[in-house]
Amino acid sequence: MPSLGADMEAGTLVEWLVKPGDTVKRGDIVAVVETQKGAIEIEIYEPGQVEEILVSLDTKVPVGTPLARIRSEGEATALAQAALIAPAITIAAVPEGGPPAGQPPVPPLAICPAEKRATPAARRLAQISGLDLAAIRGTGPGGAIVLADVERSVGAPAQAGRKRPAGLDLDAMRTAIAAAMARSKRDIPHYYLQHEVNVTACEEWLTRTNAARTPNERLLMGALEMKAVALAARRFPAFNGFYQNGRFEPSPAVHMGVAIAIRGGGLAAPALRDADRLSLDEIMSSLRDLVQRTRAGRLRSSEISDPTITVSSLGERGVEALYGIIYPPQVALVGFGKAVQRPWVAGGAVVPRSVVTVTLSADHRVSDGHAGALFLSEIGSLLEEPDKL
Amino acid sequence: MNVDEIRNILNEELGNIAPEANLQTLNPSADLREALDIDSIDFLNFITAIHRRLGITVPELDYPKLFTLDGAVTYLASKQKAGK
Repeated sequence: MPSLGADMEAGTLVEWLVKPGDTVKRGDIVAVVETQKGAIEIEIYEPGQVEEILVSLDTKVPVGTPLARIRSEGEATALAQAALIAPAITIAAVPEGGPPAGQPPVPPLAICPAEKRATPAARRLAQISGLDLAAIRGTGPGGAIVLADVERSVGAPAQAGRKRPAGLDLDAMRTAIAAAMARSKRDIPHYYLQHEVNVTACEEWLTRTNAARTPNERLLMGALEMKAVALAARRFPAFNGFYQNGRFEPSPAVHMGVAIAIRGGGLAAPALRDADRLSLDEIMSSLRDLVQRTRAGRLRSSEISDPTITVSSLGERGVEALYGIIYPPQVALVGFGKAVQRPWVAGGAVVPRSVVTVTLSADHRVSDGHAGALFLSEIGSLLEEPDKL
Repeated sequence: MNVDEIRNILNEELGNIAPEANLQTLNPSADLREALDIDSIDFLNFITAIHRRLGITVPELDYPKLFTLDGAVTYLASKQKAGK
């Protein structure tokens, strides 16, 4: 069971997408785990062949428990944890060869024949409604139970059921946020800086660019803000990486955590991977996808544990500034307030301009205010020339 | 497509964006962004859905005309008429 964040202690295995004998490659989604952050798709980090499933469906196990045995391509038998994101997770290679020659391959679906395959949403509704999955007939792929099957059993209208977010427990999420933020406030000596940035050029550039585009291709200010932070983070490595085991490890890649508010009161900050290398269009389409999946409660394991720096933007209906709490083990969070019209001095004259207050919360164990100020001004400079982003 | 059909489509799409909201009690002259806690990505998704369902491309400059349900219905009905 991979650790999907500093605050996670256990997870419930709700879906296996592989069976013994399957060949897996890096990045494949092999299982779905329910956590306080919703249903998370677990990715594999080592290529190989699934030898044995060690945790059966609907079992809650602590972080660190091996989920499956994967035979790596090098023939050594490895205890794979299915997702190897957190550095605390290691693959214990057993120095023996594969299974004895002549041993028959494990027949597919030999494990837990009584288990019913079901989607996380279906499981959740069944659990809430007190229904036994074994009594429900599945109409999904391979006879898997899908949400509609459970809804039929409950007698709930399909329309109402379709619209409730699957795999999200907001009370559990609040507990998780509280744990992570308390740990951050206890362990991380934060310092805060703020900077006012003239975003008039960004707004004009967006108006020009979007005028010729259909709605599905349009960009938002948030995409420009994220690209600017990603580029600045690449140039200032002291704000991009993890502080753990008493030292800071800068990250060569910029995986930007994007704080996404969940309707009804919740928050997640999944990663927009390699944000510094994406075009604005790519950032925008990834952002739309990420927001949609976060609110539906369906993120991938790497998206939860990968962020190396976080951006939080209040959007157009927010207030002028936010002072974020760093998400451990990261070391920085950049906050954007809403754009407001302000008198601005340019070329000796006072002119109206759109201004955004950008803030930095950073870890004093890793950097000082001087470096933080340079990092924050770099973000401001990048936003003054949006056509170069 | 008449005004009621447009209103139904808009209600459906708003329901997709704000599943927990009771659209029956939504004041049609209230600002949707406040009433339904819609952020800029939600609003862009709303405009995208309008484009997909009705074939009408709403320019950014006209966004404020769609901030209320009544405003959106009036705007889209007149656009549709003009398009014929």
